[in-house]
Amino acid sequence: MSEENKREAGRQEKPAAARREEPGEERREEPPAAEQQEPAAAEQQEPANTQEVSGTEPAGAGAEHPNQPQPDTMPEHPDASASDKPAEPAAPAAANADAPSAPAGEAAGAGAVDPEREAKIKAAQEARAKRLAAKAAAGGEAAPGDAEPAEPKPPSPKQPWLDEAVELLKSEVHPEAVEEAVINELAGDMPTITVKAEHWRAAAELLKSHEKLGCNYLRNVTGVDYETHMEVVYFVINLETKREYAIKIRTDREQPSVPSAVPVWPSADWPEREIYDLLGVDFPGHPDLRRIMMPDDWVGHPLRKDYVPLDPEV
Amino acid sequence: MIRTEELLLNVGPQHPSTHGVLRIVVKLDGEVITEATPVIGYLHRGTEKLAESLNYTQIIPYTDRMDYVSAMTNNYVLVHAVEKMMGIEVPERAEFLRLIVMELQRVASHLVWWGTYLLDLGALSPFLFAFKEREMIIDLFNELCGARLTYNYMRVGGVKWDAPPGWIDKVRDFVPYMEKQLKEYERLVSGNEIFLARVKGIGKYDAETAIAYGLSGANLRCTGVKWDLRKNEPYSLYDRFEFDVPVGTNGDCYDRYMIRFEEMRQSLRILKQAVEQFPSSGETMGKVPRAIRPPAGETYVRIESPRGEIGCHIVSKGKAEPYRLKFRRPSFMNLQILPKLLVGETMTNLIAILGGVDIVLGEVDC
Amino acid sequence: MSDWVEQPLTWGNVLIYAVLAVVFLLLILGYVTYAILFERKVLGWMQFRHGPNRLGPWGLLQTVADVLKLLIKEDTIPRKADRALFILAPALCYAPSFAVLAIIPYTRELYFADLNVAIVYYAALSAISTIAIVLGGWASNNKYSLLGGMRSAAQMISYEVPLILSIVGTVMMTGSMSLRQIGEAQGDWFWEWNFLPQIIGFGVFIVAAVSELNRSPFDLPEAESELVAGYHTEYSGFRFAFFMLAEYVYMFAIAGLASVLFLGGWHPPAPFLDFVPGIIWMILKMAFVIFFLFWLRATMPRVRVDHLMGFAWKVLVPLAILNVFVTAVCLELFIKG
Repeated sequence: MSEENKREAGRQEKPAAARREEPGEERREEPPAAEQQEPAAAEQQEPANTQEVSGTEPAGAGAEHPNQPQPDTMPEHPDASASDKPAEPAAPAAANADAPSAPAGEAAGAGAVDPEREAKIKAAQEARAKRLAAKAAAGGEAAPGDAEPAEPKPPSPKQPWLDEAVELLKSEVHPEAVEEAVINELAGDMPTITVKAEHWRAAAELLKSHEKLGCNYLRNVTGVDYETHMEVVYFVINLETKREYAIKIRTDREQPSVPSAVPVWPSADWPEREIYDLLGVDFPGHPDLRRIMMPDDWVGHPLRKDYVPLDPEV
Repeated sequence: MIRTEELLLNVGPQHPSTHGVLRIVVKLDGEVITEATPVIGYLHRGTEKLAESLNYTQIIPYTDRMDYVSAMTNNYVLVHAVEKMMGIEVPERAEFLRLIVMELQRVASHLVWWGTYLLDLGALSPFLFAFKEREMIIDLFNELCGARLTYNYMRVGGVKWDAPPGWIDKVRDFVPYMEKQLKEYERLVSGNEIFLARVKGIGKYDAETAIAYGLSGANLRCTGVKWDLRKNEPYSLYDRFEFDVPVGTNGDCYDRYMIRFEEMRQSLRILKQAVEQFPSSGETMGKVPRAIRPPAGETYVRIESPRGEIGCHIVSKGKAEPYRLKFRRPSFMNLQILPKLLVGETMTNLIAILGGVDIVLGEVDC
Repeated sequence: MSDWVEQPLTWGNVLIYAVLAVVFLLLILGYVTYAILFERKVLGWMQFRHGPNRLGPWGLLQTVADVLKLLIKEDTIPRKADRALFILAPALCYAPSFAVLAIIPYTRELYFADLNVAIVYYAALSAISTIAIVLGGWASNNKYSLLGGMRSAAQMISYEVPLILSIVGTVMMTGSMSLRQIGEAQGDWFWEWNFLPQIIGFGVFIVAAVSELNRSPFDLPEAESELVAGYHTEYSGFRFAFFMLAEYVYMFAIAGLASVLFLGGWHPPAPFLDFVPGIIWMILKMAFVIFFLFWLRATMPRVRVDHLMGFAWKVLVPLAILNVFVTAVCLELFIKG
């Protein structure tokens, strides 16, 4: 815990120390510091980036639960696992670049930082460098290193639910209907199925009416704007057997359109209107698709990531 | 020749009985409603968008303001979601404190509902009685966390403040006092002929409709569906306590009334047990990293708030701020059935039905 | 008093009558002031709180302040309202209420008019106030007011019938419609008062009276939580004060009627208590009736409009007719025959 603190402190202290310098001082210091940092600059850029990511990696593996996202389960993970590769050769370089770049930064801000803090920061960085080196030395990349403890893990008790649903969807709706099917461990092992948009309506009917699934209660509909695509997630459950599913439907960002689930579950009415209003996803088949939160004549969809508010000061 | 016209009436957004800024556009034929459309969004404050630029501890005060009548349960749903994602264990004393405040909050919220419902029906006094009792609960909360309505009490990993000395005894004394008061209030209202005529058989729907419309809380249980997240998907320490879940049979306003009244009693029962089992010492905060960064992924967590199922769906990219934070608000989902229920009713029954659904506009609009 | 009334009409007498009427008007205004205060106080006490207690010692100047506030408010008339009717409605509501007070006897000697058709006189005048309420609702050019006015008209007309029917029993027992004679005919022991033999009539009278007054639990026309304020939504300032004044004066009238018709009027509950003047007994009985009206308001929820109508026609009217029939049979068998 204290190690963690030191590491966190170190990571936060370093940019803080740089920020604490006076702007004027910084500018004056920059040319001499820049000279020192130039040879290390090129190396520093790369390790600095990967250090961030690999900084989170040990944070995830070291302190937290082994319930860490596996690269094969989480689609969002590719960037992390991809950066593992540059982390490994950069790690020893980082360990080396760490020491000279830190004192370079420190020298630039020497006037503002007291020796105690300096010592602490140095200690934290050395500890981090040591650990990174140890990790690199331990052999193999980070990704297979993480996958190792996951293999002997028992399959989730909800796995048969997932398999059954996927089977039924593939056989009754369309063999290509299911894009992806995973067990989301972070959400209590919720079976998560990604269904193609054009088959969603039929899949919804199946989920509701098939006697093995019988998910008659739609509890939530969420829209998410990933910058490359839009996603709508439906959470359904069967109240008697407690069998639940999270169904994701991906759609593109320019003309997002997901067939409405209102004919199947009337409780999707207002949530879909909300997603239309705030994210701009169209739901063909919805009986009354109009804005619900924003005024009727509002332009734009506020919850989108690229939404520019009317009032720039907000 | 007599020409009849349909009257278009706006109930709200400023109206003594709509429990907030709700507007219902009502088409009347005499006194009978032919069509009713709720219009919401007057209290939309963009909580979900704001949350995308705040870290999780900073979002907690925003949750207080969603369902401001029941702020503790809102706090809990957010911190529980983050703890589940990060796998943080909450110490027992903290979890007990959370449970006690959530059940006290349930009693307070149902008291507000009771007082305002009877005020809508025309009885002036129960409103003041309810607020007198609620004042005692609010005083307890004030002592505990310094606030009367928006507590900002829970944190990821535990609670912010420990119970001051003597606080648990005050809760212990409150329970029998409140039980006695509830008995009196039941005698005052539940047998009253006028009251029964106003709520029996009004706003009826069956279990299938309730499930199809995604209702939760007392609105679902009044039809006979025994679904309470404290029992069916247990969270916190609810599996350690004995309590019943009242279930109705007819699906009308009277059943919803009786269920909520009984829920107050059951909450007092849980409180009695919780106060007895309360650990005399312990931490109030678990081991939490200084920067709260849930791992990349998503989760959906739901708990039973006094209004129904409140859910929190977090999509995280491993940063300190959520990538997308969505709250599944029970009042929002429960309000969808209103247009269907109101067709064919009179204006007076509109008030009775709307009061029976128990909505809070802060939660509807988020 | 009776000899003054029977004197021939001269200018001097007219002047005396005018002065007496003004004096009585001032008394009534004083009563209204303190009735409003006591309503708020009693409601407060029943709800675990003090009523108003800031203005004046013990809140005694509260109504004065309220009335003053109402009188100095801006006189707004909605643009599209029917001006003449809008202005006429409150005055038309108040005038009959004051006129009705003429027939109530306060003691054997203290009364203003002893009409032998007093009951009918009362029914006729109180109906004029109903017209005024409908006028107020219509002239406001506001949907809520219109709904309130319509509801009120339906309610008041429906409840006039059981109100009058319930009084027929006492008229039959006394043999006269004059209120003074009905009061006179009741005995000196409280069981000789009319409420015991006419218990059904008394019950019907009380319920119908509460409804005639538009008070809780029958206060639909001013159902605050449903129609904002019903027929007087658009009225503010002194016009609103007129409506409120009319309501309280009618309360006085109904209290007077109930006391005289059923509670023995100025008779003491027992003959040995007759050292207390009759006017005191009358005041006590009226105060009790008014307190009962406040008590009802604090306790009961509101009835729904269709229940209201159903209750009037299907329950109260048959009961009142039954009362008349039973009274007739008893009178024939036990008293005359």
